[in-house]
Amino acid sequence: MIGGLFIYNHKGEVLISRVYRDDIGRNAVDAFRVNVIHARQQVRSPVTNIARTSFFHVKRSNIWLAAVTKQNVNAAMVFEFLYKMCDVMTAYFGKISEENIKNNFVLIYELLDEILDFGYPQNSETGALKTFITQQGIKSQTKEEQSQITSQVTGQIGWRREGIKYRRNELFLDVLESVNLLMSPQGQVLSAHVSGRVVMKSYLSGMPECKFGMNDKIVIDKQGKGGTTDDTGKSELGGSGKQSIAIDDCTFHQCVRLSKFDSERSISFIPPDGEYELMRYRTTKDIILPFRVIPLVREVGRTKLEVKVVIKSNFKPSLLAQKIEVRIPTPLNTSGVQVICMKGKAKYKASENAIVWKIKRMAGMKESQISAEIELLPTNDKKKWARPPISMNFEVPFAPSGLKVRYLKVFEPKLNYSDHDVIKWVRYIGRSGIYETRC
Amino acid sequence: MTDSKYFTTTKKGEIFELKAELNSDKKEKKKEAVKKVIASMTVGKDVSALFPDVVNCMQTDNLELKKLVYLYLMNYAKSQPDMAIMAVNTFVKDCEDPNPLIRALAVRTMGCIRVDKITEYLCEPLRKCLKDEDPYVRKTAAVCVAKLHDINAQLVEDQGFLDTLKDLISDSNPMVVANAVAALSEIAESHPNSNLLDLNPQTINKLLTALNECTEWGQIFILDCLANYTPRDDRESQSICERVTPRLSHANSAVVLSAVKVLMKFMEMLPKDLDYYGTLLKKLAPPLVTLLSAEPELQYVALRNINLIVQKRPEILKHEMKVFFVKYNDPIYVKLEKLDIMIRLASQANIAQVLAELKEYATEVDVDFVRKAVRAIGRCAIKVEQSAERCVSTLLDLIQTKVNYVVQEAIVVIKDIFRKYPNKYESVIATLCENLDSLDEPEARAAMIWIVGEYAERIDNADELLESFLEGFHDESTQVQLQLLTAIVKLFLKKPTETQELVQQVLSLATQDSDNPDLRDRGYIYWRLLSTDPVAAKEVVLAEKPLISEETDLIEPTLLEELICHIGTLASVYHKPPSAFVEGSRGVQHRRLPPRAGSVESAESPDVGQSGPSEAPPAVIPSQGDLLGDLLNLDLAPPTATVPSVQPSMQMGAMDLLGGGLDSLMGDESDTLGGDIGGSPSMGAGLGAAPTAMPAALGGAPPVGGGLGDLFDLGGGVGMPTGFYVVPKTLWLPAMKAKGLEISGTFARRGGIIQMDMSLTNKAMSVMTDFAIQFNRNSFGLAPAGPLQVLTPLSPNQTIDVSLPLSTSGPVMKMEPLNNLQVAVKNNIDVFYFSCQFPLSLLFVEDGKMERQVFLATWKDIPNDNEAQFQIKDIHLNSDAASNKLQGSNIFTIAKRTVEGQDMLYQSIKLTNSIWVLAEMRVQTGNPNYTLSIKCRAPEVCQFVYQCYEMVLKN
Repeated sequence: MIGGLFIYNHKGEVLISRVYRDDIGRNAVDAFRVNVIHARQQVRSPVTNIARTSFFHVKRSNIWLAAVTKQNVNAAMVFEFLYKMCDVMTAYFGKISEENIKNNFVLIYELLDEILDFGYPQNSETGALKTFITQQGIKSQTKEEQSQITSQVTGQIGWRREGIKYRRNELFLDVLESVNLLMSPQGQVLSAHVSGRVVMKSYLSGMPECKFGMNDKIVIDKQGKGGTTDDTGKSELGGSGKQSIAIDDCTFHQCVRLSKFDSERSISFIPPDGEYELMRYRTTKDIILPFRVIPLVREVGRTKLEVKVVIKSNFKPSLLAQKIEVRIPTPLNTSGVQVICMKGKAKYKASENAIVWKIKRMAGMKESQISAEIELLPTNDKKKWARPPISMNFEVPFAPSGLKVRYLKVFEPKLNYSDHDVIKWVRYIGRSGIYETRC
Repeated sequence: MTDSKYFTTTKKGEIFELKAELNSDKKEKKKEAVKKVIASMTVGKDVSALFPDVVNCMQTDNLELKKLVYLYLMNYAKSQPDMAIMAVNTFVKDCEDPNPLIRALAVRTMGCIRVDKITEYLCEPLRKCLKDEDPYVRKTAAVCVAKLHDINAQLVEDQGFLDTLKDLISDSNPMVVANAVAALSEIAESHPNSNLLDLNPQTINKLLTALNECTEWGQIFILDCLANYTPRDDRESQSICERVTPRLSHANSAVVLSAVKVLMKFMEMLPKDLDYYGTLLKKLAPPLVTLLSAEPELQYVALRNINLIVQKRPEILKHEMKVFFVKYNDPIYVKLEKLDIMIRLASQANIAQVLAELKEYATEVDVDFVRKAVRAIGRCAIKVEQSAERCVSTLLDLIQTKVNYVVQEAIVVIKDIFRKYPNKYESVIATLCENLDSLDEPEARAAMIWIVGEYAERIDNADELLESFLEGFHDESTQVQLQLLTAIVKLFLKKPTETQELVQQVLSLATQDSDNPDLRDRGYIYWRLLSTDPVAAKEVVLAEKPLISEETDLIEPTLLEELICHIGTLASVYHKPPSAFVEGSRGVQHRRLPPRAGSVESAESPDVGQSGPSEAPPAVIPSQGDLLGDLLNLDLAPPTATVPSVQPSMQMGAMDLLGGGLDSLMGDESDTLGGDIGGSPSMGAGLGAAPTAMPAALGGAPPVGGGLGDLFDLGGGVGMPTGFYVVPKTLWLPAMKAKGLEISGTFARRGGIIQMDMSLTNKAMSVMTDFAIQFNRNSFGLAPAGPLQVLTPLSPNQTIDVSLPLSTSGPVMKMEPLNNLQVAVKNNIDVFYFSCQFPLSLLFVEDGKMERQVFLATWKDIPNDNEAQFQIKDIHLNSDAASNKLQGSNIFTIAKRTVEGQDMLYQSIKLTNSIWVLAEMRVQTGNPNYTLSIKCRAPEVCQFVYQCYEMVLKN
């Protein structure tokens, strides 16, 4: 298991050092600094073996988190734990920075003592941790409070405490999708997928039992076959456009009963209080690609490049895309750039080796164009310019996968509120993931 | 208030000040001071001098302060064991605290203090905590048992904590179960043979129930533990799989990978025709693909594991090529791993896409990645034949870029393509030669030199090119030197006239001026070959090379199986067994996949079993360094090329019946028998040594029928075909050499079946039983077609005649003389060896009559060098009678021509291994001497064919 956990700043100075196992000595701290943080070349692997000691590291801004072990640990678990550690720290004190870590080192030690025992990860849900590890020092708890804490930390529903009360029962569902694309210069889709997340903010009293439904093809097809009685009503709820979507795979927050999903494909759970990620999913079929990028790069002699890029929006004219940014890479030996664009603003950023073209808003079924002349310094370098792909960022108010939330039902048998009393909000946001067109 | 100020105290006399603060009356001040101490400790300052003062602060009801003091204790107790005792009382008291959080904290911390005196005091509190009413305390105590075991294993066993821990597997709280499982698994690892984790269907059921309820981490502990269990049968295996599959939808990648591990392992037990097996395969793909949208570090772990999974079960991800396409912003470690998997998944169906991608990657920035991409193009060419042409043209495009490392890498892979598809793409050699000067890496230089040597006849200035390398011969790496030596020898054999000087130069460089033994030895071998027998040298050096196989870099199957059992762990990331990177005994025992469904466990008899791997591991493209092996691989080409060749593994199997006894016959050269044909460098010596080590019994064999033959001479049938001539039995194994067993025998061909007729005589005093027979590999693959049928025990002075049918499908090895057969006979007393020689006519098959036209063409086709002439003296038969007689032994007369009083008989013979022998026999009336001309593609058989003629005609 994990033998020790170190946090370093960008200079390699130790900010936090917690050793869990006897086989990890103080020299391990230095070994990682010398061989990884101060290493000359770029890091070639997130797992490093130095003198039979394995180091796992992740980096958050310029902070290094490293887990150390001498055993054959579950590597996936160690990384998941490091990410979780970052989440917990962020939930407690915000951004992970040297300043924040130094300011909260006592708290961090306390957390590390709680969530990692002898190198075995323990309950690391912030909701539960916050009930007994606080920045203000420990309040004296009553006996009931204490046992409530322990039963929550160890219990089946470790993510939610009992006795939560709201005057207004309300929940927010955000369907956040990032659409990824790799397109050839000729406009052929080389690969495209949507990775989506359903984020829920729940402000519900008691221990509510929830059921979530979406236009999952498998469920819709099953119901279609199941009988005609309630079929008509259901399909109306599905809304316009695509009836159902094929989900390649999905994963759920630990509150969701996986065995029930496996057998009935129904998503039922008792949600944590506040914000959390209910599920993640991935689709590859029938994706709506919100933008199409048409590049044209022409080399004029050895010292000049002409670039023309057209973008076309491909969704309902009534909808507006926002925060559009097109990034056109330029060669390293660029000496000057002239840009003309129809819409938005474009700038050559020498430090980033790219022309960045920004458009605030753009409606559907429109197109816009930029053309640029790039002057090059003559070089002796035989190597051709690698032509990195043109990348794009945007945000659209729909789900490119076509996912629709059909229902989210809430039952709380012990308290006197019903599904109808809960105020529900649903929002769809589609963002660009890695959205690239080769040129 | 911020805590960062504690990091900045660098004053002198700090310790002294801290001491004062720690002893202050004010709680706040105390706490501040302890914080400062911890901050100093973190940055590596030695604050152990404050031990007593810090421990004094322990008695407090402030939990935060208490935790800080505990943290200090854990760090320094080991260096101050005597003073650590001071803390014991507080710990023991805290373990009784009404607050479960404090009880747990105390037991957790105590376990981390590795001081013997303290551990003694730990036992009682721990025992209580293991039975605590609060699950939080119990789950902490469970881990504490593992801690204590790490300090003092004996103590844990003596105190009976292991049993309590086992009981916790049935605890009502899932987290307690999970931690107990984790602790037990860890303890069990350091006792490989203990039955500690006594997994049975009941406990498995408990674990599976807890799996649905515990935290994500607990699920990982349980799944990893489940993976060590071996279900009793396929039904149990299936039911566990069914309960594990829902985990594949968990958000935590580690849960998913651990579930994949359990499924991959248990799947092994499911019959492949089961519907569920197919369903399971389909269920595995989506979660694996989803792992690729995780954070890059996890992607890396996932990709390393997918690499294993794809090798073990390629069907799972065969349609998912696209998800492994490299993204521009992927970290380099993700890119390299994706590339590896792309090559593994490449097939005819997706090759076009893959190639387009690879070409794109070859223009990227990272040198390692580009090299790997270029190499991948070459691997595709070798793997998917249909794509070879496109791959070659892509590689040529890349060579045109003139980017140094791209060119070098391309040349290395083109060399492999040449070897895989000989005589197909040599037109590109000219382009390659243009880049000769830019090559500065040994591997690329060696590859280019190989190409020049191999195709010297097509490259006009091959000698100049090679000469240019020769100038700095001693500065080259060994790889290049060896390759240069071989290439120049090849060149010399192809163009002897112009290159004599060059070859002498390289031979002297290699043999006289080098201190590398490999290089010297190879130089000497060539030198001797060239000086003694240039024809043989040509056969050796320029022989046809074995084709290279398509899959490379595969993990060796047993290691792969072990790694599959370690999916998700470091071992699967390193692709190494845990023993390679874990110290001590922990986790070092080797894991195995359960036996495949339907396979019978080692049912073979002990004699036959254990004959090495039954499945030859896939061959890998030999690296340049292997050239010596490469060279000698070719050396037996003439005999083996004409003889049906058999897989080496089969030879191994057959050989082992007599437990390597035949090997001892060959004395020190025994390893040559076990090895691949011609694979071992000592082969030549082995063949040469054989006859000398053989019993003298051989001597009598060839001139069979000298005196006896005369008796039959005149009676030799005239007119009618006479049937196969059987040589009278000769003594093969004298009784004195075989503890009383005497064997004499002969060979016969009856109705197309080869038989070995033997008389076994018992000249010893006791009964002989349990006869068995085995042949060594021989020139024509003769092997017993059945067991030796000696049904009754052989009593003293009894003789039994047995007839052993033989087949020609046995292992093949050229013998000296060609018709030599080494035999081992076993009985209840011992194993005995002898050799005998069979008449070649034994191998003349019944359908050996060639069409006239074919005969004519073949005769012309066989070079005159292969023709041998013999005189057969004192034959008093006319041509028809002779022809009749010969036909009895399957020597067929196709045509007869009479020219100037001479009868010319044209005859054909076909051997069991489909070698044709053509003969022309001139019979002159009144002259008792016949002239026989024999032509055959394998000229070494002529001598033996002649012997058959003589034998048949004279008897």
